[in-house]
Amino acid sequence: MSIYVDENTKVIYQGLTGSQGRYYGLLNRDYGTNVVAGTNPKKAGTDIEGIPIFASVGDAVAETGANASCIFIPAPGVRDAIIDAAEGGVEFIVCITEGVPAQDEAWFFNKLKRDFPNVTLLGPNCPGIISPGKCNIGITAGHIAQEPVDGKPSVGIVSRSGTLTYQALYELKLQGIGVTTCVGIGGDPVPGTSFIDCLERFEADPETSAVMMIGEIGGSAEEEAAEFIKHKMSKPVAAYIAGQTAPAGKKMGHAGAIVSGGKGTAAAKVEALVDAGAKVGANPTEAGDLMVEIVHSL
Amino acid sequence: MDLFEYQGKQFFASFDIPVSAGDAVTTVDDAVAVAERIDDYPVVIKAQVQVGGRGKAGGIKLAANADEVREHASKIIGMDIKGHTVNVVWVEHASDISEEYYASFTLDRSAKKHLGMLSAEGGVEIEAVAETNPDAIAKIWIDPVDGLDEATARSWVEAAKLNPIATDGAVDILLKLYRAYTEGDADLTEINPLILTPENKVHALDAKVTLDNNAGFRHEWAAYEATQERDDREQAAYEADLQYVGLEGSVGIIANGAGLAMSTLDVVNQVGGTPANFLDVGGGADAKKFVDALTIIDNDPRVRSIFINIFGGITRGEEVANGIVTALGQIDIASPIVIRLDGTNADEGREILKPHLSDKLRMEPTMLEAARAAVELAGASA
Repeated sequence: MSIYVDENTKVIYQGLTGSQGRYYGLLNRDYGTNVVAGTNPKKAGTDIEGIPIFASVGDAVAETGANASCIFIPAPGVRDAIIDAAEGGVEFIVCITEGVPAQDEAWFFNKLKRDFPNVTLLGPNCPGIISPGKCNIGITAGHIAQEPVDGKPSVGIVSRSGTLTYQALYELKLQGIGVTTCVGIGGDPVPGTSFIDCLERFEADPETSAVMMIGEIGGSAEEEAAEFIKHKMSKPVAAYIAGQTAPAGKKMGHAGAIVSGGKGTAAAKVEALVDAGAKVGANPTEAGDLMVEIVHSL
Repeated sequence: MDLFEYQGKQFFASFDIPVSAGDAVTTVDDAVAVAERIDDYPVVIKAQVQVGGRGKAGGIKLAANADEVREHASKIIGMDIKGHTVNVVWVEHASDISEEYYASFTLDRSAKKHLGMLSAEGGVEIEAVAETNPDAIAKIWIDPVDGLDEATARSWVEAAKLNPIATDGAVDILLKLYRAYTEGDADLTEINPLILTPENKVHALDAKVTLDNNAGFRHEWAAYEATQERDDREQAAYEADLQYVGLEGSVGIIANGAGLAMSTLDVVNQVGGTPANFLDVGGGADAKKFVDALTIIDNDPRVRSIFINIFGGITRGEEVANGIVTALGQIDIASPIVIRLDGTNADEGREILKPHLSDKLRMEPTMLEAARAAVELAGASA
């Protein structure tokens, strides 16, 4: 099995008519994702290579039975796009867009929680999600992800970073290790989906045997995840935390990757994860090797 | 983006938060002119630097008349405070203070709500209060959908045990400060100290504001942007629209992706080197991005070698390799370069790079080996 998305997921691309939305929407369709619609209020009734465009997510859902959406709308329009998706009736929203104001993120996170409790938001500022062989939503290169192999243990991946996720997928593929689902939760201060949300699902997923977790400096999400791993998880976890040498007070590319007031350091995160029983690598390669070791020992 | 105190006060004033009448100036004559215009001595002259401890360093002085303004301003303007040169001073009427409080709003990333902190113990570092007397800080968590209403603000002020005389003034300021934080798109708005005067007025004596750069599209922040403190490297990177952070080491870093760039710094450190910078060149394989990135790094006198760490995803290895080759054809780079190229079509990319390899351009198969090579070269050419 996989988490969040599978072969039955039907996806609407909000912003399919833009250059990024079109490029990745079509790539995702080529991968095998059920790309059923796009939205653009000004271009309703047209199509992108056979994918119909609707004025709103609500219209698209009514017509296609879609249950997920993927947002490639520029940052100023993201807040409205997320509410459009939630009101339109999809249950899973992936927001790829980066540069969304933190005030907007804090607002729509709480708005969804209150008024649309059945809706899951992934992102913003994330690479998306892939359940290899079933569904790829976002900007991950599908061919670097290994499908689960029958009779062999598979792993789940959850990560705050895009390129490091690709590297993890790639290294596992070279070792012939399948991935059930790889979730990029994104590098912003208020991610819609947290490490714990994903760990909970991986723990419950019978096909996932182990989890790889890639965190980075800033905030306390990794420490909270460590608490969860310690008390609630039976499956083994390999982890890596980026930014062990990042200076305090500087944002390292991602809006959320900042050590401030002595909080959010890599050292504290590593310590919490080690204490929780996770195997933590000093660099991505070492973490990948640890994951391979774990899988071979299962 | 961190604002200077004077910009923070201007920002506060635009939300009707009471601050002392004053102005920011860059010359001694203008400082005197502002003091005379305020015409309410004593005035205080405050160095505008984004670093703590400016009072101890002699950057904040009281002046009882125009001559003293001239004397102090001429000392403070141009002064060096912990490596920051004072270019601007703020001159305002020196307030009489009965009591000092603390107030701030910021995001609690863990609770995913806004966090308001209020304390009757202001004027000192709030971290110190949190350490020694945590009960002296009244905290509230605000759901961004609800916002902050007056009744909540009032009970919050009561919980913080401010002087009852200050309640109305504090409630008014807190509501405005919350508006400044949310509508103003700040990551932090902090008043320390928030003061009660002998006339029982409450007002902001200092202003600490961090704005969310992501929200710049809906504000007029050009004036704030223009005064951001950046070193030459950071200024060049800002103009080239590159994600760059200047560091002190000798190995220049270019990677595609913020996580990979951070990770590259880690690995360089692990093999005994020191990174000169963080630089995320982003997705894609645009030769111009590499030209800009390589130029900025090579112009950095600290840099002895350059490590380009690329992992191909949707942008394929050969596209990135072509981008790098094109860039290297356009510019002359003094420092030796080590490339690690992996991921999608890495083999094709490596084939493209191969004919260009030399003492000045090496290729290594893994991140660790490339880091070792770059660190070794940085040592060798030092």
